[in-house]
Parts: sequence; C-alpha cells; structure tokens
Amino acid sequence: MNETLSSVPIRKEWDIVGARQTGRNWAKDLGFGSVDQARIATAISELARNIYLYAKVGEINFERLDSVPSIGLKITARDQGPGIKEVSKVMKDGYSTSGGLGAGLPGVKRLMDEFDIESTDAGTVVTVIKWTRI
Amino acid sequence: MGSTKSGKQDYKQLLMEYLETGDESVLYRAEQFSKNSIQQSISPDEIVNEHYQSLLDIIPDMDDRIKSSFQFLIETMISYGMAYQEYHVLREKQIELRSEIGVAANMQDTLLKTQVPQVDSLDIGVKSVAAKEMNGDYHHFIIDDKGNIGIAIADVIGKGIPAAFCMSMIKYALESFSENQIFPKYILDSINRVVERNVKEGMFVTMFYGFYDVDTNYFHYASAGHEPGFILRKESHEFEEIDAKGLLLGVESEVTYEEKFTQIEKDDIIVLFTDGVTECRYGDRFIEQEEVLDVIKSFSHLPAQEIVDSVYKYFERLQDFELRDDFTIAVLKRIK
Repeated sequence: MNETLSSVPIRKEWDIVGARQTGRNWAKDLGFGSVDQARIATAISELARNIYLYAKVGEINFERLDSVPSIGLKITARDQGPGIKEVSKVMKDGYSTSGGLGAGLPGVKRLMDEFDIESTDAGTVVTVIKWTRI
Repeated sequence: MGSTKSGKQDYKQLLMEYLETGDESVLYRAEQFSKNSIQQSISPDEIVNEHYQSLLDIIPDMDDRIKSSFQFLIETMISYGMAYQEYHVLREKQIELRSEIGVAANMQDTLLKTQVPQVDSLDIGVKSVAAKEMNGDYHHFIIDDKGNIGIAIADVIGKGIPAAFCMSMIKYALESFSENQIFPKYILDSINRVVERNVKEGMFVTMFYGFYDVDTNYFHYASAGHEPGFILRKESHEFEEIDAKGLLLGVESEVTYEEKFTQIEKDDIIVLFTDGVTECRYGDRFIEQEEVLDVIKSFSHLPAQEIVDSVYKYFERLQDFELRDDFTIAVLKRIK
C-alpha cells in the first residue's frame, strides 16, 4: 500500500534545504534512526541539487510504503530537464564532476536501499527507497 | 549483519572499559576494532553513531545539547562515509585493472618472444626489462639458412599499452620478411611504411637494425633515429660509435635509410641499446654516456649474457631499483 505524503518543488537553492527538512521529518515519523535520517537527508540534497543545477526546475515527492515487516520511504525526484545521455556513465564511481567527493548518483544509490533512474530528453525521474531497519 | 551487531556490542564494551580504566590496552583493542571495521567496510558515520548510541546507554541523563551535537556530527560524517565507500569500490577496480594489465603483460611477453640465435662465431646476450608492466622496448633476432644474424632493437616513444600494441605490429612485420631479405636498409624502408600506415600521429618508433654476415664478419647496419650502437674494439680497447642517418619510423612514408657496414675482428664486441640505458638517472643527474660505456667495458671479459646481466644489475642498483624507462641492451661478441 502506497500513500503519498507530500511534494516539494525545487526552483531555487533554498528549496534544497526545504526538501531535506521535509524528508527528514517524514523519516523521523516513519521510525528511521538518526544515521538513516542523515543518509536520507543527504540523498535528498544530492537529488535536489541535481535538479537545481541541471534542470533548473523540478520536484521531490515523498511516499510511504507499507510492507511487512518494515516501512519504506519512497522519494521520487522528477524534472523536465535535458536528461542524462549516458546513464551508465554517471552511475560509475569516480565520474562525478563534484571533484570526487563521493557524491553523485552512485553515492545516492549507496545511501538508499533501492534505486532506479529513467532519463529521456524530456526529463529525468530518479526513484529511491529506504526501508526501516528491522 | 550478525558480525556487525556483535561488532557494535564490542564497541560499547570497549568504551565502557576505557571510561572505567583509561587503560592503554583498551585503546589497543580499539585500534583492532577500527581495523576490523575497515575490513567490513563500515563507514565512519556508523562508528560515530555507534559511539552516540553507546553513550546514550552509558549516560542516560545526557544533556540535550550534547545529543544534538551528535546528530550534527553524524550529519557531517555522512559525506565522509560516501567518499569512503567510493574509495573502496575504486580500489577494488584498481586491483582488477592491475591484474588485467598483468595478464596483458604476460601475453606481450609470449607474443614478442624471440630466440637468441646459437651460432659458432658469435656469443650473443640480451637483457630487456620494462619500467612499468608493459615494455615499450623491443628486440628481435632473425637467422637465415646460412647462419647470418639479423638483430632489431626498437623503442616506441610513448609507453604502456599503446606502445605494446605497436610493438606487436612491428614484430609481425619483421617476421614477414623472407630470410634473404634481411638487409638493414630494406627492412627499415619497409617497416617504416608499415608504421606510417598503421600508427596514429604522435606515436613514433626508433629502430636500429643490424645484420651480421658470418662469412665475411661484416656488420651491416641502419638506424631510424635510434641511439647509436658501439663496438668495443679488442685491439685498441676503445669504443667506436656506429650510427647511420635516418628519420624515426612512422613520420613519412617515403624514407630511404642509409646503410653502413664495418669489419668485426675476433673478440670485438657490438653493443646495442635503447635510451633507457643511456639515459639512466642517478638522483637528478643523467648518467654520462662515457660512464655507461665504462661500465660495459668493465664487464667485457665476461660471456655476452653475463655482460648484459651485470650491466643491468649495476644500473638497477644505481637507480635504487626503480627503472624510469624501459631498459634493453644487446651484446654480440665475435668469438671465432
């Protein structure tokens, strides 16, 4: 069962902070521990910053996934930007243009439990899920 | 997961012991614990969190500001954790790549293998060592049905894998000559066309090609921009330079190379090498050519293979066992 929790538009840099805060609050509500809250917030930062830098405008959606025995937080980052031409390349470690600070999409993938990306010239959708630890 | 759980128990246990005793032995075990955690790729943020959780158990009435400060620290460590995990993956990839290059280097050795010819009149020795995994130097022997010997020594400008590819091509080109075509000028003219056609701009090859006629004891040679060779004359006990004019291989397609020859007397020694030998460095200083020749001379009483082995050992040691360039030296000693 999925339940949409909320959605945060990303238009300016400040919105990244808003998205982090919203994500952290939901994570806390769903029972994530402090490390996982921090990881979720960092992943949201990364996704929101990608939108802000490369697509200018987009949104971050939060959903609650009820499964047994754990609860999931599903985060969807969606934009109508130019898209990523070679997804497999940006998913390689060491590719990130942020100067090898361990960020980038591979970092997001590691912070979360599930990761999916779809990118066309009409935009990019990144979906990630984190499950509460049993 | 079970191992990390017990690892976490260990952390709390260690911390409690330390708070009670302040003992060095606990710190030593903490060091073991961190090494163990690294092996299990536990990231720094998890350790900080473990510390926080342990503290909450040990000091239940902790100040709220301290609690918040831990939240702050964990947040700060997350990026370190990501960088740390990326480093792990990259390191594994590097190990993988290195082993692949190792396989390629072995393959190169097998592909480029050449037999040192056994003939009555000459004692031949050769030593070729790569500075990195892949050798950009190459030597090749050809022997015709009369027992005449052709020897090629080449150096690709540019190192590593591209150089190795280029060398394989040159080897097959060299092997395609029939035995009665192994004259230096002819060979360099033809190889030059092969290199020019098949190698991208910016990659050049120098080559020295010599042909030893066992009937006349004449040594014919031609050079495509390669290091000059030397003959250590028995009579004078002096080195005589052997060099011929010629452009590097692969620069222009229609180049004709100069061919020269010289008489080789009994106990004369022909020495051919690549610039890895003549441009050995000792600290910041390049070794003078005379020094190289003096070293060769000092070993000249030995059999050919022992000469090249000794020269290599000498310069390997001089350079602190760290070759900066591929090193190839060949020695032909007339013994009859």
